[in-house]
Amino acid sequence: MKKFDKDRLILGFAGPVLALVVAFALSTLVLLISNRDPFELYRLLFEQVSYSDVQVLIINQAGAYYLAALAVAVGFRMNLFNIGVDGQYRLAAMVAALVGASVTLPGPLQIALIVVVAMLVGAFWAGIAGILKTTRGVSEVVATIMLNSISTSLIAWLILPKNFGEQAAGSNNLTTGDIPEAGWFPGLSLSAEAGEIYGFTFVAAGCGLVYWLVLNRTRFGFDLRATGASESAAQASGVDAKKMILTSMLISGAIAGLVGMPTLLGDTHTYSLDFPVGLGFTGITIALLGRNHPVGIALSALLIAFLDKASSPLDQFGFEKEIATIMQGLIVISVVVSYELVRRYGTRRQQQKVGEELAAGHALTTEKEAAL
Amino acid sequence: MSTEVRAARVAAPKGGGRRKLSLPVVLLIIAGALALVSLVRIISGANDVTSVGQVRGALELAVPIGLAGLGGLWAERAGVVNIGLEGMMILGTWFGAWAGFQWGPWMGVLFGIIGGCLGGLLHAVITVTFGVNHIVSGVAINILAVGVTRYLSNFTFAEEPGGSSKQSPRLEGIDKITVPGLSDWMYDLQQHHWFFVSDLAGIIGGLVTRLSLLTVVALLLVPVTWWVLWRTSFGLRLRSCGESPVAAETLGVNVYKYKYIAVTISGGLAGLGGAFLSLVATSIYQEGQTGGRGYIGLAAMIFGNWMPGGMALGAGLFGFTDSLKLRGGADNVHAMLLLLAILLVIVVFWQLYRKKYVAALISAVISGLLFTWYFLTDQVPSQFVDAAPYVTTLLVLALSAQRLRMPKADGVPYRKGEGK
Repeated sequence: MKKFDKDRLILGFAGPVLALVVAFALSTLVLLISNRDPFELYRLLFEQVSYSDVQVLIINQAGAYYLAALAVAVGFRMNLFNIGVDGQYRLAAMVAALVGASVTLPGPLQIALIVVVAMLVGAFWAGIAGILKTTRGVSEVVATIMLNSISTSLIAWLILPKNFGEQAAGSNNLTTGDIPEAGWFPGLSLSAEAGEIYGFTFVAAGCGLVYWLVLNRTRFGFDLRATGASESAAQASGVDAKKMILTSMLISGAIAGLVGMPTLLGDTHTYSLDFPVGLGFTGITIALLGRNHPVGIALSALLIAFLDKASSPLDQFGFEKEIATIMQGLIVISVVVSYELVRRYGTRRQQQKVGEELAAGHALTTEKEAAL
Repeated sequence: MSTEVRAARVAAPKGGGRRKLSLPVVLLIIAGALALVSLVRIISGANDVTSVGQVRGALELAVPIGLAGLGGLWAERAGVVNIGLEGMMILGTWFGAWAGFQWGPWMGVLFGIIGGCLGGLLHAVITVTFGVNHIVSGVAINILAVGVTRYLSNFTFAEEPGGSSKQSPRLEGIDKITVPGLSDWMYDLQQHHWFFVSDLAGIIGGLVTRLSLLTVVALLLVPVTWWVLWRTSFGLRLRSCGESPVAAETLGVNVYKYKYIAVTISGGLAGLGGAFLSLVATSIYQEGQTGGRGYIGLAAMIFGNWMPGGMALGAGLFGFTDSLKLRGGADNVHAMLLLLAILLVIVVFWQLYRKKYVAALISAVISGLLFTWYFLTDQVPSQFVDAAPYVTTLLVLALSAQRLRMPKADGVPYRKGEGK
């Protein structure tokens, strides 16, 4: 039994290593074909990481990515595909910013209010898809795609100055008004030039811990994973599948509601037209890369954030920064393919081993029988 | 299982299931719907709802969505979920524009298809050969397509006069045909704003005025797809891979081969949709031009119950609502509120007839709210107009999703030799 565990450990490492080697080789190939020096590019990318301001940028970005990926991962564990994280977090951030700007409460309460509002709005928006799925049988994939587009329009309408928005003097940008200072989440300042790490990034890390505990150490988490693995089997053992679908959609939406919080509470303190978009889609990539495991997701969030942030100054050095997007795509493909290959190799090896043992056992008995 | 039992099982749904709509019934429904639209147009005075330009615009907007939907249909009928349609469309827009700029529009179309096929082939390699989750692969292809096209633009369009790393120079268009005589006559007829006749004229006029040849090709692809998939042995084998690959394998069908063909064609169709966008709809390649149409195509396919005709209807609906909003939409969509309200009244009666009182009550309340909204306002905010097609889709799906049936083995990974 112990020997088997060692095999599994080696195979566990083989997957990511194979993936990284393949992705690295393919990226190098792309660069060579387009007549760019790959090693110079890799050197530049890693040089960027040594600057402390870039480090802070990466960590802050990774925090938001982490939350988006957790929201997607909750769905994935349930066999639900929540493409709508993007719409959920934007609507949640916008409404939370509105509430935050119009209410004044003492410090922590103000922050708590904003966060709770964001979670409720995110859950509400995802819940629409959940209810449509459980009562009307509408595929959550289509419903959340539609809800993404609807939330874009809804935000555009809500933020008009005649409704709830404000237009700053001398600018075309619309905002929801500033959240009073009591609602600013304090950050961790490393040094004056590096900037500060958003305080909410640590909350994000905490969410990862809660995610792991709930999924792996509670009855609810077990039910959720069981329903994801086989709905009919779970139902046979007394799990209400419809209730599980709705609950996990609501949880996924509530986490999605948090995605905009690091930026909102730590940096902009208002929702404006240039609030970051598309985090929800990146979250899907990251959840896939991290295989829905909180630690895996954290590592992949850092990797994707690194490629995003370290690539932006590449233009100055004669490289096209779009290579980072290609690298992200190549990484996802090589990771999933190599995981699958390693899994197949593992199964085959195990089968062979069992086969050999059985054959040996069989030989023993026949010898015994022969002796008798 | 004995043969008799199996025969009985197959025969059972025929008697007990829903009646199939015959052609006269379908025509009657279409005529009824048109009469209703006509009535709404006359009450609200939104004469643009069925004008020649409106129908033409709707058709042009529906084609890329429909082509993506057809692509989705091919792949999913063979059991492969293709969420990478968006990426394959992006490849189509770029390759179409790149080749179209150098060698003329028809080479652009060809290269658009090739670009999409490459995306489809990659999807097939990852999902069929390596057995990776289909959605994962699709998402990866979407990322990769964005990266590749942006990267390549730096080396191609950025170096051309009038182009940049984000868009191509102006492209030569594809010939447009207008049926002489008929087009003008229909236009005149439509201008009279008569009940029903003008609306019919508007629709026919829209179909015969300044119609791009590529649109004709795209329209023909719908019946061709139906014929190939449902009337040939090739199609039967392909669909059997989507329903039960193990059974297909037992009967000697090379499941991998059919899946590869289906997914590659799927990519080609999405690529054609992309090429249509850059060559016909706008005559220029722009970054982010597809704007999620691949996903919308997927929605249209689900809306159409994985059938070409239904998919085309869904794409048409998207195209129509899109074009309503482009052509000074506030008034038109305002008229649509009335249409929706009247439709809901019909639904209420239908549900009362079926003795579903709760559903009838809900529909009645929503209908009442829509009537109130219609009479209290003159226009719908433009942001709501943007959302109209998506809300419509959600509503329609909510009302009809339970009747949908996707291919049985859709999205299920399959490995050669599983049946043994």
